[in-house]
Amino acid sequence: MPKMTLSHFEASFLFALFTSVVLGVVSKRTDRERLNYGLYVFGCFLVALFGVGWLMRLGHG
Amino acid sequence: MAAKEKAAKEPMPPINLWLAPVAVGWLVPGGGHFLLKRRGRGLLLAASITCMFVLGLLMRGAMFKPQSGDILTILINWGGFAGDIASGILYLLTSWLGYAQPDMAGAVHDYGTKFLVTAGLLNVLAMVDAYEIAGGRKS
Repeated sequence: MPKMTLSHFEASFLFALFTSVVLGVVSKRTDRERLNYGLYVFGCFLVALFGVGWLMRLGHG
Repeated sequence: MAAKEKAAKEPMPPINLWLAPVAVGWLVPGGGHFLLKRRGRGLLLAASITCMFVLGLLMRGAMFKPQSGDILTILINWGGFAGDIASGILYLLTSWLGYAQPDMAGAVHDYGTKFLVTAGLLNVLAMVDAYEIAGGRKS
């Protein structure tokens, strides 16, 4: 079985992508609401990803 | 408040309505939605959950095994095992074909382990959605 080595950013990005798709699909009642919610969750993941990334960088000095 | 009370009093749908979609949804991610003729949503669920699981395997993520010990060890290992097994056929095939990896140190392996468990937990969400659709609570 091949081995895949992803960077922190790539792994977090893919995690956010797949999780957002599932959360969007299962959580709302119309397709438009699902799409909007999926994009919203994905945006939140990315904001948290960059926010926590910068916090760690600033914290380390 | 009234809506909460109404939701709390809502009777459970008959088991013959939801058992098959939930069981198929556990065995094959997105399968419950396919059974309920929600093909688009089933395809999205199947693709997302399967991709997450396969990426976890390719990153050499570890499969949890139930272990006894202190409370934290029990919680982590039994919880992780429940998350892994919730992936259904993906977990079973991985175990049967010998692709389950031992736990190894390293960030990539750790991400892989999280991907494997999260794939199972996302499948639980998909099963709950299939249950609600089958019971008529959702379209």
